Amino acid sequence: MKPPRFDYHAPTSLDEALSLLGRYGGDAKLLAGGQSLMPLLNFRLSRPAALIDLNRIPALAYIKEADGQVRFGAMTRQRAVEFSPVVQARLPLLQEATRWVGHLPIRTRGTIGGSIAHADPSAEYPAVLAALEGQVVVRGPRGERTLRPEQLFRTYLTTSLEADEILTEVRLPGMPAGAGYAFEEFARRHGDFAIIGIAAMVIVEGRRCRTARLATAGAGPVPVRLRAAEEILEKDGLGDAAIDAAAQSAGELVGPDSDIHASADYRRHLTRVLTARALRRALARAGGR
Amino acid sequence: MKMSDKVPVRLTVNGTSREGRCEPRKLLVDFLREDLGLTGTHVGCEHGICGACTIMLNGEAARSCIMLAVQADGAEIVTIEGLAQAGQLHPLQEAFREHHGLQCGFCTPGMLMTALDFLHVHPDPTEAEIREGISAVLCRCTGYQGIVNAVKAAAPALNRSR
Repeated sequence: MKPPRFDYHAPTSLDEALSLLGRYGGDAKLLAGGQSLMPLLNFRLSRPAALIDLNRIPALAYIKEADGQVRFGAMTRQRAVEFSPVVQARLPLLQEATRWVGHLPIRTRGTIGGSIAHADPSAEYPAVLAALEGQVVVRGPRGERTLRPEQLFRTYLTTSLEADEILTEVRLPGMPAGAGYAFEEFARRHGDFAIIGIAAMVIVEGRRCRTARLATAGAGPVPVRLRAAEEILEKDGLGDAAIDAAAQSAGELVGPDSDIHASADYRRHLTRVLTARALRRALARAGGR
Repeated sequence: MKMSDKVPVRLTVNGTSREGRCEPRKLLVDFLREDLGLTGTHVGCEHGICGACTIMLNGEAARSCIMLAVQADGAEIVTIEGLAQAGQLHPLQEAFREHHGLQCGFCTPGMLMTALDFLHVHPDPTEAEIREGISAVLCRCTGYQGIVNAVKAAAPALNRSR
């Protein structure tokens, strides 16, 4: 229950971190908040030759607005996200989801970039990234590239990042004023990873639903964007019948696995129930225009 | 830094400058207990679930079993040993004693540090907020009711001392 031996590096710039990462050729692990990696090291499920600690790179921690987006340095703590006035004003869905990420002492250390790069399928931030159609910026020796969630998440704990690349920034489009939103989650204990989580956003115009966004956590190997369910709402509005039809569709769109925490059937059931709950709460918050 | 080389770690613990040398893989909680002799912080699950090892890191609660000692170089840490001042229990400790917020005491150091941070963020918490806040630490004795009562009772005293 103690970490194995590793070389330890704490670079102070991104370039230095990239060159170290290249030097170890895939045998090094990046240490962000450490709230997932350190347990893996303690259990010796992970035995990297080296740890490259990103916590001494101040340039990787920021929250700023640009071009209608909110941009987060990858090392921005979840706690900073939770209490950021910019996030509260522009990304209330992200703020609500943050309260489901572990517990406050976990969020003191955990980072937005680490949470997304770790790609735990039951984690909250990947679901928000999918629902809001965000992007991540990745830097490597071949330069910089920008990835959408469907390009980033491959399967359980696996992204399309190369071994010599670092996720440096998370970009989320600011939510339009008046957008309704809700993050619903069920876990056996507060702070555990979600059995199912649903991120929802709706933009209402009169009796119409101009835009609906729905994405899952815990319902398969990667976050699932529930496009067919969104289309029902965009076509039929946000009445009870349409919400129930969208929830039914959500349950059919996911392909969850059974594991020790829940059966696939139960996860489908939760997907339906939480989708309906999230939509009703989002609708109640939406300002009509 | 090669794997078995020892590295210096200098930090402030409970207001005092401390220093030690350890392998980079040494967990902060083990450094506090073994190298600095501060055994008040408890080692529970060692993977960031139980919360017994929670300390204050630069004024915010964090788990010391999933952080390396070397990462705390330059940091300001408060452990359970730093709560009481001049022989006087901290108001939060008083409240735990008054309201039976502990039984075996194993989770108590982490529970107190977690509750302290929680009360900084929520100066006037509802019971539901308290229950969510202390869910960061597992207690197997009390059934939590005494802890909830203690945290609720401590809130006004902490506000006064601010």
